[in-house]
Amino acid sequence: MRKIILLLIVLIAGYVSMAQSGEKTFHKIPSAVVKTIDGRDFNTANIENDGKPIILSFWALWCTPCMRELSAIAEDYEDWVEETGVKLIAVSIDDSRSTSKVLPTVQGKNWEYDVLLDPNGDFKRAMNVNQIPHNFIINGKGEIVWQHTSFSEGSQQQLINLVRKLNAGEDISDH
Amino acid sequence: MTKKQQKIILLIAISLVFINPIHSFAQGFAGPSRVSGNFQFDGQLYRSDTLIGAPEVNEQMLMNNFANLLFTKGDFTAGLRFEYYLNPIKGYDTKPTGIGMPYRFMAYKTGDFEVTAGSFYEQFGNGLILRAYEDWNLGVDNFLDGLRVKFNPAEGIALKGVYGKQRYFWDHSPGIVRGIDADFSINDLVNSMKESSVRIFAGAGMVSKYQQDELIIPKPGYRYNLPENVPAYSGRLNLSSSNFSFISEYAYKMNDPSSINGFIYKPGQSLYLSATYFKPGLSVMASAKHTDNMSYKSRRTESTTLDINFLPPLTKQHTYNLSAMYPYATQPNGEVAFQGQIIYTIKRRTKIGGNYGTFITANYAIVNSLNRKAIDNDTPIGEKGTLGYKAALFDMGDEKYFRDLNIEISRRMNRDLKVTLQYLNLLYNIDVIEGHPGEPNVKANIGIADIQYRLAPTKTLRFEYQHLLTKQDKGDWAMALVEYTIAPKWSFSISDSYNYGNPESDQKRHYYNATMGYTHHSSRIALAWGRQREGIVCVGGVCRYVPASSGLTITITSSF
Repeated sequence: MRKIILLLIVLIAGYVSMAQSGEKTFHKIPSAVVKTIDGRDFNTANIENDGKPIILSFWALWCTPCMRELSAIAEDYEDWVEETGVKLIAVSIDDSRSTSKVLPTVQGKNWEYDVLLDPNGDFKRAMNVNQIPHNFIINGKGEIVWQHTSFSEGSQQQLINLVRKLNAGEDISDH
Repeated sequence: MTKKQQKIILLIAISLVFINPIHSFAQGFAGPSRVSGNFQFDGQLYRSDTLIGAPEVNEQMLMNNFANLLFTKGDFTAGLRFEYYLNPIKGYDTKPTGIGMPYRFMAYKTGDFEVTAGSFYEQFGNGLILRAYEDWNLGVDNFLDGLRVKFNPAEGIALKGVYGKQRYFWDHSPGIVRGIDADFSINDLVNSMKESSVRIFAGAGMVSKYQQDELIIPKPGYRYNLPENVPAYSGRLNLSSSNFSFISEYAYKMNDPSSINGFIYKPGQSLYLSATYFKPGLSVMASAKHTDNMSYKSRRTESTTLDINFLPPLTKQHTYNLSAMYPYATQPNGEVAFQGQIIYTIKRRTKIGGNYGTFITANYAIVNSLNRKAIDNDTPIGEKGTLGYKAALFDMGDEKYFRDLNIEISRRMNRDLKVTLQYLNLLYNIDVIEGHPGEPNVKANIGIADIQYRLAPTKTLRFEYQHLLTKQDKGDWAMALVEYTIAPKWSFSISDSYNYGNPESDQKRHYYNATMGYTHHSSRIALAWGRQREGIVCVGGVCRYVPASSGLTITITSSF
């Protein structure tokens, strides 16, 4: 068993180095079927924002830091959109206990985000999300250029600053 | 793991590596390849603490750990997960002690067709008849191992079929689970509905489990005549428009005598209804749920794991330390539940709403027993080997299981100060929910204040004060927490929960804690030192008992 694991790791490492020789490559959003908030099936490979950046935020109603983060961003979201053209897509990983409460919450709190529901966790697993909140910044080409987990007050400013840098053509992957 | 399984994995690994040089033998393998994954290490260093009843742990340190590896190339995906429990952390099942790789799969997607071979997670509708899922923190993982096919024959139709065995720690359940499910988007299928502002979705599913007959003796000279195949059906209808949404699902299960229902032969049923009216800044939701004999497991005599379905509780999930002390979990043998919720935003830049708006959430849930009636004059209610009892839809019994009235108000007072206040009034049937026979219902009032003050653009101080008042169970509690964060990387906190109202004077304990967290991109390390009170951790109404412990907890997570 141990030999197999070792062999597997060596082979995959070799494979990755083979695949990643040369310049920095970013990956596109993987394909998974989720639901829109009005109940339609939606393939995540089709996420786009007319060539402008996207913030992808994984959250759930039971996650207090997620609720704090989305509430904090909501205060400035209109200005963010106007200034940078960014779109925030909030991906709820709530299970069927609370998926029916996602729409009432988003509406009741007057959030203007696009919301997707991932109750079976297919998109979460494809994006390797473990703990939430987990945010990704997607560039205009649909590539994942940055990610961060956890939230503390003030992080939202870092998020929008990175979007500004991205719009200015900077590489933000090391920030 | 058997030799055969090892060989299969080796074969997968080698093929993964050599597919690329050989080059796309099928078009689906074209496109960039990617290896990604994530990882979590949970370790706990124990210290015996007789004051809170935390016993000596022989190993001194225990750990749970997993690592997921995901390989994608074009339309092909393969994944596996290593798990290590050396030895399992206290409060988790000890069965998976050791190292293993229970989860591995290959999936291929082409156009409207997707096939998964190996381990997979799946849910039909709201999960009333099928939900294979995992929750690391709860120690729940009931993935199906077998085959899944998804197919969209036309726009607006989604079909799924599953066939497999459930995971049982390092092994599989003795039962086989098979299911098919169909989702229809009526607007896409009916021409005259295409432009309608009302969207209608209908769905239906069927699951069947097979478990070989076995000898179970109710009384000398008798044996149960057990059904080997137990099917369950569900149908659902959802509507949504620009200011209204309705969700419904009905599920029916054929007779399924088991340890959980006391070997009765009554069929089970569940009905879930939820309606919401909404507009920007306001939502009103009402929901109802009937549950009767709906435990559905792939082994008759199993009491804790191996659930094929999921019965979501109709109560709010609370997240503060003291508000989460009495969490509710659905009673699969029978309950009637109702819930109402209003969320309202008082507009910003108004006299009452303040500069940033004020957010109000009020939620009320009520859960009672099911009104069970005898099937005839001679058979006691719930008698094993009989049809058990009769119960009509939404016929509520007298026994209270749970009540929860809670209100939350949240408001940013100015650029630097934000305040959240919460009040809860709970009734918790500890006898039924936790299985403590004879203990009286817990009636608790809980107040919470959460105040956040920004010292500098990235530096914030947060203060929590929580108070729980009850005459039952362990009596009154008070808790205070101070947290200091430096965004986006650092967080520190100290807290103390004090069970000052415990009726036993030597049990009036302090549960102090100090934590530290550091995050870099998608990697995080968190340390917590202190005492953990005995209690229940729940997610989605599925709960895990956590024993009292004392010591240092280390959590490291990373995704790549």
